[in-house]
Amino acid sequence: MLTPSTAEIVRRSGAVPGSQYLLEVEQVRKAFPGVLALDDVSFRLERGHVHALMGENGAGKSTLMKIIAGIYSPDAGSFRLKGQEIRLTSPLDALRYGIAMIHQELNLMNFMTVAENIWIRREPLNGFGLVRHDEMRRRTLALFERLDIRIDPDAEVRDLSVANRQMVEIAKAVSYDSEILIMDEPTSALTEKEVAHLFRIIRALKAEGKGIIYITHKMSELFEIADEVSVFRDGRFVGEHRAGDVTRDDIIRLMVGREITQMFPKLPAKIGDVVLSIKNLSLEGRFRDVSFDLRRGEILGVAGLVGSGRSNVAETIFGVTPATSGTIAIDGRAIDVRHPSVAMDAGMAFLTEDRKESGLFLLLDVLANMQVAALHSGHVRAGFVAEGEIARLCNEQRERLRVRTPDLDEPIINLSGGNQQKVLIARWLLTHPRILILDEPTRGIDVGAKAEIHRLISELAGQGVAVLMISSEMPEVLGMSDRILVMHEGRLTGVVDRQDATQVKIMELASQ
Amino acid sequence: MANLRASDATATAEPRSAGRRRLPPEVSIFGVMIGMMLLFEALGWIFVGQSFIANPLRLKIMILQESVIGILAVGVTQAIITAGIDLSSGSVVGMTAMVAASFAQSAGFTHAIYPSLTGLNPVIPVAVGLLCGLAVGLINGGLIAYTRIPPFIATLGMMVSARGVADWYTDGQPVSNLEESFAAIGSGWWPVIIFLAVAGVFHVALRYTRYGKFTYAIGANPLAARVSGINVERHLVVVYTFAGLLSGLAGVVTSARAITGQAGMGVGFELDAIAAAVIGGTSLAGGVGRMTGTVIGTVILGVLTSGFTFLNVDAHYQEIIKGGVIVAAVIVDQYRLRKRRKA
Repeated sequence: MLTPSTAEIVRRSGAVPGSQYLLEVEQVRKAFPGVLALDDVSFRLERGHVHALMGENGAGKSTLMKIIAGIYSPDAGSFRLKGQEIRLTSPLDALRYGIAMIHQELNLMNFMTVAENIWIRREPLNGFGLVRHDEMRRRTLALFERLDIRIDPDAEVRDLSVANRQMVEIAKAVSYDSEILIMDEPTSALTEKEVAHLFRIIRALKAEGKGIIYITHKMSELFEIADEVSVFRDGRFVGEHRAGDVTRDDIIRLMVGREITQMFPKLPAKIGDVVLSIKNLSLEGRFRDVSFDLRRGEILGVAGLVGSGRSNVAETIFGVTPATSGTIAIDGRAIDVRHPSVAMDAGMAFLTEDRKESGLFLLLDVLANMQVAALHSGHVRAGFVAEGEIARLCNEQRERLRVRTPDLDEPIINLSGGNQQKVLIARWLLTHPRILILDEPTRGIDVGAKAEIHRLISELAGQGVAVLMISSEMPEVLGMSDRILVMHEGRLTGVVDRQDATQVKIMELASQ
Repeated sequence: MANLRASDATATAEPRSAGRRRLPPEVSIFGVMIGMMLLFEALGWIFVGQSFIANPLRLKIMILQESVIGILAVGVTQAIITAGIDLSSGSVVGMTAMVAASFAQSAGFTHAIYPSLTGLNPVIPVAVGLLCGLAVGLINGGLIAYTRIPPFIATLGMMVSARGVADWYTDGQPVSNLEESFAAIGSGWWPVIIFLAVAGVFHVALRYTRYGKFTYAIGANPLAARVSGINVERHLVVVYTFAGLLSGLAGVVTSARAITGQAGMGVGFELDAIAAAVIGGTSLAGGVGRMTGTVIGTVILGVLTSGFTFLNVDAHYQEIIKGGVIVAAVIVDQYRLRKRRKA
C-alpha cells in the first residue's frame, strides 16, 4: 500500500507515473442513517482529463467526492492512485496524496485574510517559528499572477463578494500542486466572465497533466470543458461516456430516468395591477436611485454581474438592511420597512442568496427550518404552536416540492444542498406571500428539480403572486421573466421586455 | 437496500412524531445518572459499609440542595440555547436574598432594616425579590440585544455589580429574624416543588410554544432568524429577563430556606447552573438543549456532591473531580452531536 508521505515524495520528484489512470475508485459503498448514499460505485479519472459528474441532488456525487477528499470514510470499497492502492482516512491524507477539493459550500475562515486562508498550515516561517507575512503575501501574489486573479491578499474574506471567495477557494486548491482536483459546483456563484476565467485555469491544469473531477448541473459547462461524463442516480453509477459521444437529452435521461421535454416551462399569466412600487430607493454605499414597479402575476427578473447590488436591493426591500432614502409602497401605500417582520406583514417573502449564511438553521431539523416564517403570523394559539396543523402543512410542501428526506425531523444538515434550498422555498410558500422575492432560487439545484421550481414559480405567478427573481443564469432569466431589470454597480441601467430580451442586450446593460 | 430512502416523492408519507426512530438524548444522560448512583452505592458498601441510595434523608437533602441550582439552570439553559450565557445568576441570588429578606422580617423586631415594614404578608418580599431579578434580567437583555457587548461580558459585569449591591445593601450585615410565613417557602419539599414546576413550565415553553421555537432559531442562526421575521432583539431581552426573574426566585427560596439573608449567598451558583445545563446536553455554541436534560444534569450534580460527602471525600478532591465530570460530559455530548450528523 502506498503511504501518504511516499506519495508526496514521488510527486515532488516529478516522476511520471506509468499508469494511465490517476485515480481508480472501486465498489464504494456509503450509508448514512436512513439513507444509502452510495451503492457499489466505481469510477476512473485519466491524466490530463476533465471528468464531469452529473446527477440529481442527493444522487451521491458530493458524497463520493467527500470520500475521495478524505472527509468521509467509506463503508466499503478500494482506491488506487496511479495504479497503487491507497487508503484515505483524513483530509490531510488526501492532500498529501495529491487530492485537493473545492467545496460547494465555501470553506473559508471569514475573519482571516485571503493569504492566511490560502496558506493555512503551510505558512512560511522564519527561524523563530513565526509567520513571515511579507513572504506569504508575495507567494499569494505570485499564485494570483499565475492564475490571473485580482484580489488583495490582505483583504479579509468576510469583506469579499461570494464570487471572489469562490476564486480564493479555487486558488487555494490549485496552490497545493495536487494532481487531482475536485471541483464541486465551482461556478455556482460566478458570472460568465469569471467562468471563462476558471475554464482557462482548468485548461492550463489539464495541459500540466492534472486530472480534474468536475461536478456541475450546467450542461453548457459540461460540453465546453469536460472530456468524460459520469452520471449518478440514487447512489448508483449509471453510465460513463466520452463527452463527445452523448447529447444533452441522453444525459438528462440517464439522470432522471425519464424524458424532460421542457426546461423552463413558463406558463402564461395574467398581469394585473401594480402591487409593489419602488421609488428612488438608495442604500448608502451599495445602490442608488433604484425605481421600478412590480405587478400581480408578473415575474420580474433582475440580471447583472456579481457585485452590482441586486441582493442589496432585495435585502433593503425586505427590511434586512433598511434603506437610507427612497420609498417602498405596497398597493399604493408607502411603508417604512424597518425589519423583515414589517415586510412579512405586508405580504412579502424573501429567499436569500446564501442559504448557509442567512437561510438555514443548520443545527435544527427540517420541520423547524420549514415552519419558522409561518409562525410569525399564524398557526399559533395563545403562544402554543399548532403542531399537528403545521406538521401536516409541512408534509404537503415536502411532497409538493419533492424534498428528499427520510422525514421531517431529519437534521437539515444531512440534506443535499438542493434539497435544503427546497426546504427554504417551502418555508416561504407557507406564508402565502403576495410578493415573492427570490435571490438565485435554483443555485445548486439539479436539472430535474430546477424545472420543478420554475414550474412552481410560473404557477404562483398564475395565481397572482408578484415575483421578483434575481438570477445570474441567463437562460433562467430569459426563459422565466416577463421583464428584466439590469443593474450595474449599484444603479439600474435598464429594463428590457421579454420579447426584446437577448443575452447580448442584457450583458451590455450589465457591463456599462 | 436502496429502499431505505424515501426516494419517491409520490409515496404518501404520514407525519411522524419526533423521536420514535432516534432515542431522545436525555436517555443517555439519564443512564449516566443511574450509573453514577449505582457507582456510589457500590463504593458506599466498600468504603463506608452503608447504602447510598436506601437513605431517604440523604436523598431529600441532596435534591433540596440542588433545587436552587436547578432554578438557576432553567434560566441559564435558555440563555445558552440562544448562544449566550448568564454569569450573573449567583450574584443576583445574593442580592435578591438580601432584598427579599429585608422585607420579610418579623413583626416587632427592633433591629429591622425597615422598622416600619415588618410583619408583612410574604407575598411582598417574594414580589420584591422577583422584581429585582426581573430588573436585572431586563438590563442584561437590553445590553446584550441592543449593543454589541458579548453576553459573557455583559453578565460578567452584572455579576460583579449585583454582588456589590448585595454587599452594600446592609453594609455586610446579615438580615435575620424572618417571618415564619416567609420561611415556609423554603421549608420541606417546597424548593423542589418550585424547581420542578419552573422546569416544567419552561420545558413546555421551549418545546411547544412559538417562544421556544424562536429561541432555538436565534441560537442556530441569528441572521436567518431575522430574515424569517423574528425580532431577535426583543426576544433576547425576554430570554434574559426570564433568567433574571428565575435568579430572583432562587434568591427568595435561598433566603427562605436559610431563614436569613446574607450577602455571600449564591457565590459560585452560576457555574454550577451552567454545569448542570451543559451536562444535561445544552450546547454552549447555541441552538441545542432541553429542559429535561437540564433537570437530569442538576440531579447528577446533586448526586456527585452528595456522594462525595457520603464517602467522606475531601472537599478539595470533590471540586477537582466535579470539574472532570463536567468536561467529560461535554466531550460525550460533542461526540453524540457529531454522530447525529453525517460521518
